[in-house]
Amino acid sequence: MAETVKLDLVSPEKLLMSKDVEMAILPAAEGDMGVLPGHSPVISTVRPGTIAVFNGNTVEERIFVAGGFVEVNEEGCIILAETAIPVSELDAAAVQTEVSNLRDDVNAAKDDAEKADAEAALAIAEAKLEAVQAPAYS
Amino acid sequence: MPSLKDLRNSIASAQSTRRITSAMKMVAAAKLRKAQSAAEAARPYAEKMEAMLGSLASGAVASNAPKLLAGTGKSDTHLIVVVSSDRGLCGGFNANLVRDVRVKVNALQAEGKTVKLITIGRKASGQLRSDLGSLFVETYDELSKPEPSFEGADTVVRKITNMFDNDEFDVCTIYYNKFVNALTQEVTPLQLIPFAPAENAGADEATDGAAPYEYEPNEGAILSALLPKNLSVQVFRTMLESFAAEQAARMTAMDNATSNAGDMIDSLTITYNRSRQAQITSELIEIISGAEAL
Repeated sequence: MAETVKLDLVSPEKLLMSKDVEMAILPAAEGDMGVLPGHSPVISTVRPGTIAVFNGNTVEERIFVAGGFVEVNEEGCIILAETAIPVSELDAAAVQTEVSNLRDDVNAAKDDAEKADAEAALAIAEAKLEAVQAPAYS
Repeated sequence: MPSLKDLRNSIASAQSTRRITSAMKMVAAAKLRKAQSAAEAARPYAEKMEAMLGSLASGAVASNAPKLLAGTGKSDTHLIVVVSSDRGLCGGFNANLVRDVRVKVNALQAEGKTVKLITIGRKASGQLRSDLGSLFVETYDELSKPEPSFEGADTVVRKITNMFDNDEFDVCTIYYNKFVNALTQEVTPLQLIPFAPAENAGADEATDGAAPYEYEPNEGAILSALLPKNLSVQVFRTMLESFAAEQAARMTAMDNATSNAGDMIDSLTITYNRSRQAQITSELIEIISGAEAL
């Protein structure tokens, strides 16, 4: 069996996943980051996007996260995410509607603060759409 | 001397009270179990975030530390967040909390500081409104319904950070009932801003002897993103604790009420039986003396 790294995915409400994986690819702040066993310690923010979990040289699981933080140390890789949904559970049509609704919200926003809020939500929804339509690393 | 009918009525009403309180006790016990497991489920996130923040904060240069961490350097205006319950019938749960908050507010005002209040839960706003209503900034009622959610905590935190960004306060403390065990709740203040790292933050083990962390994009950016999140996590945690404590307090209160109702039923039943016997005896005496007179 290949060497593995321990991957913990936690949301404020509960521990979502804790398992040993061969590699995980995360949407880190400045580009996607692949975490293999023995990765040097790093702390980074996470963009909205897909976490791809590799086991046996194939993607075993894809999880959508709406942003968060990641810490890699010698013990493993810890992802703190507020929203995390397995990509297989996302409904493309529903996400599509969400994106178009949010686009309307951005256009209809009255002030800057409202617009910024809507744009942030839109960025997340667009990342979600991309996760459904074009799964990374397939 | 109450009549037999009155006694029967009081017994019946005590019995139905006992039925209700024992049902409430069982509901509270079930909710307590749920609340406890929710609090446990939320722990890993809070702990990991604390550890991460610990290792970041220890490395942060004091001079350019964000305001959320370092504070404004003043302590003129205090914001107090009170986490209470939405419903009553939970013994001294809210009364203790409100009393401690009042003491704190009076102490701060005596020092000449300005105090502002945010309340979570209907009970705190209701009980504090009469005398401290003028200090209210915001009240959140029924936020923890049916149970505390992270979005709920986030709503509160957005308000707090907004106020902080506009320099509306210097120090923020949250008052909540800490769940010690099923029988004990403790009113606990927790300072949110400036952030006071927990004493046992996992920073030491994480940094000791390990390679230093790389930060992406950089330390400051992560810290300024992490601190508001940490605030939400802290508020969420206090809400969860308070919710569990509320259920525990209600369970105890209802248990007491149930046994009190039981005692009352017993003593009323004794009185009822005695007066019934007395009545029978006096009727017998009347009949016998009537027969003797013939």
